[in-house]
Amino acid sequence: MKRDLPSMLKDAALTALVSAALGIFIVGFRTNSLGGKGLQFDFQLVDLAIAVATIFVGRIGLLLAAIGQRWPALVLGAILGVIGAAPLTLPSTFLHWFIVLAGAVIILRGLWPWASQTLGQAQRSRRGVHMSGVAARWFGVALLIVAFTMPFMPFADQKTMDLAVLILTYIMLGWGLNIVVGLAGLLDLGYVAFYAVGAYSYALLSTQYGLSFWVVLPLAGMMAATFGLVLGFPVLRLRGDYLAIVTMGFGEIIRLVLLNWVDLSSGPAGIGNIPGPTFFGAVFAETAPAGHQTFAQMTGLPFSGNQRLIFLYYIILALALVTNAFTQRIRRLPVGRAWEALREDETACKALGINPTNTKLTAFAVGAMFAGFAGSFFAAKQRFISPESFTFIESAIILAIVVLGGLGSQIGVVLAAVLLIGLPEWFRDLGTYRMVAFGGAMVLIMAFRPRGLISHREPSIRLHPKLQAGGST
Amino acid sequence: MAYFSQQLINAVTLGAIYGLIAIGYTMVYGIIGMINFAHGEIFMIGSFISLIGFLICAALGISSAPIAILLVLLLAMAFTAIYGWTIERVAYRPLRGSFKLAPLISAIGVSILLQNYVQLAQGARPKPGGDIVVGGFNLFSADGFDVRVTWLQIIIVVVTVVLMGGFSWLISSTSLGRQQRACEQDMKMAALLGVNVDRTISLTFVMGAALAAVAGMLFLMYYGIIDFYIGFLAGIKAFTAAVLGGIGSLPGAMLGGLLIGMIEVFWAGYFSSEYKDVAVFAILVLVLIFRPSGLLGRPEIEKV
Repeated sequence: MKRDLPSMLKDAALTALVSAALGIFIVGFRTNSLGGKGLQFDFQLVDLAIAVATIFVGRIGLLLAAIGQRWPALVLGAILGVIGAAPLTLPSTFLHWFIVLAGAVIILRGLWPWASQTLGQAQRSRRGVHMSGVAARWFGVALLIVAFTMPFMPFADQKTMDLAVLILTYIMLGWGLNIVVGLAGLLDLGYVAFYAVGAYSYALLSTQYGLSFWVVLPLAGMMAATFGLVLGFPVLRLRGDYLAIVTMGFGEIIRLVLLNWVDLSSGPAGIGNIPGPTFFGAVFAETAPAGHQTFAQMTGLPFSGNQRLIFLYYIILALALVTNAFTQRIRRLPVGRAWEALREDETACKALGINPTNTKLTAFAVGAMFAGFAGSFFAAKQRFISPESFTFIESAIILAIVVLGGLGSQIGVVLAAVLLIGLPEWFRDLGTYRMVAFGGAMVLIMAFRPRGLISHREPSIRLHPKLQAGGST
Repeated sequence: MAYFSQQLINAVTLGAIYGLIAIGYTMVYGIIGMINFAHGEIFMIGSFISLIGFLICAALGISSAPIAILLVLLLAMAFTAIYGWTIERVAYRPLRGSFKLAPLISAIGVSILLQNYVQLAQGARPKPGGDIVVGGFNLFSADGFDVRVTWLQIIIVVVTVVLMGGFSWLISSTSLGRQQRACEQDMKMAALLGVNVDRTISLTFVMGAALAAVAGMLFLMYYGIIDFYIGFLAGIKAFTAAVLGGIGSLPGAMLGGLLIGMIEVFWAGYFSSEYKDVAVFAILVLVLIFRPSGLLGRPEIEKV
């Protein structure tokens, strides 16, 4: 479609007008508390005007790029980038970032057709096909080697290890949720509830009855799976979107109950002094409680605070790998195939004699079980849990990891967890901006790459393996 | 008896607010079959715009309460409606025809985005405000207990009844309502017969958002305090109301709103206020188990 300058200006002006209307009250008039009672305004109309002007220019840049005027768009993007980075005194630092971001978006949009064409050509060439095959085969192995050797790398200080444990926890949760959302196609917005069940199971059983981590781990998984069955049984007969809301409600119920049932969970104060996992009876501490020995005494190694972290790291790595292996295997079993079939077409499944409710229930319970495992690990790692750790936003983050990674793609979950958990942890100060970007990313991914970062998904089963093996599908 | 009457009055007020939000859910569901997860946040935004509107009115020296309320009402409806329109245009329209979870996930993204956007722009602290209408009168006294009706409660119920009446008329007797019902029944056929489907869907979002803005304003005036997180709970409760009444049915949404208001208020009044939200969620689950089509809804038949 050929567009002339006036129509483009009109379009950009309309966009700017709408964004001005959106921002005028919420951004333009910031309300601040006045000591005791009452509010006063903190006018941010200049900020808003600059942002709207940026949106106007940005929209023109995007339109130019869309009609193939690559160079004007790139120049425009570069100008915006320079303005944003220039040492001007804008009302807030956020505006600098906003302008730079707008420039970057235009440049990316300008380069996109060229980049995707070049990449696509490279991928289709003989060498490209070969290379991507090799990459696909060895990428996972390479990641695994990195994961196993990571604690002994020179850069693995306490902070890095903490982050690695956190990322692995989310990878495990992501893989667990992937069974429910990616394979079975059930949108579960209350996944964190099962995580909470696992965490509180371990916290209560260990502090009240002195059971060890390794005894409680399977119990916590079973508890969470039972909760999954109890919840899933009534609601899984329903349409997918009802399920989403009910699971979200259930997540809130669990949190509210934990918050209010003080006798059980000690309410908002949380449960502290949760013992950590033991290594064949040896504890990771400087001095052992009566009847135990420390890891240092057992192995003769000198005591170091890092040992506990490394041990936790390997536990969560093992748990995550078990989740992955389980998923990979079960996809080839009849029940796993039934999940994927159900995701694609429920009516067809019914016609073929698959019981949708039972099949969904198994997926739901299995997903819940892995959340329970991860939850009891979380409790053992933190040594303190409270309902604050299990809010809806946690569920949303786990879901975002699965969605960003590509529903059903295992390696995609790893990439997305590193991106979404690792990067923001390094940029902790961004705080709320991070969540805005989070929400925005979910919308954009659904619009442009609904199958996630790793959009290619190896089918679990092929009808004619030989015919398909050589060529591209 | 007096205690019960007082609770009933409170319940009807709360139910009116939930009913207004629930209409937005039910209309969008009726026309494109998706749960507009971000609707609760739209309600929250409407509430914030009302707060700022009231403050602007105060700054401009408009001291007459009816004029201020009317002005803020129109302002909040108009500007919140733009949010509704934009969300549909940016986050849902490109996904029509994508796989079935896509709009829902996009809606969750919008919801997170809006919540944190308001938190960034307006701060995380709860905002007091909206104490425009004060006072009331005693309806009757019994057992040494005064049953009180505040002017505000009367305003809330009257505004709700008027809007719902006007809205029902809009759907049943105008050409816009006809187009909307046509799209609800069969989008493709409606398009073939000359209905502008995109425009109709956009208008549905606009109307839903405008009603949510009214609910936001009433909520602000009733509770006197809002924060960026109110949309989450109110959204779930209003959705429960829509499901209870039968999603896709307008009278159902109103009835459901009333019932949810009653359940919440009576539960808090007679049992425990800590578990009132749990009671509402439990109702949601029970309704979905025993009567998934709701009180006034038609059972859904899936065609292949």
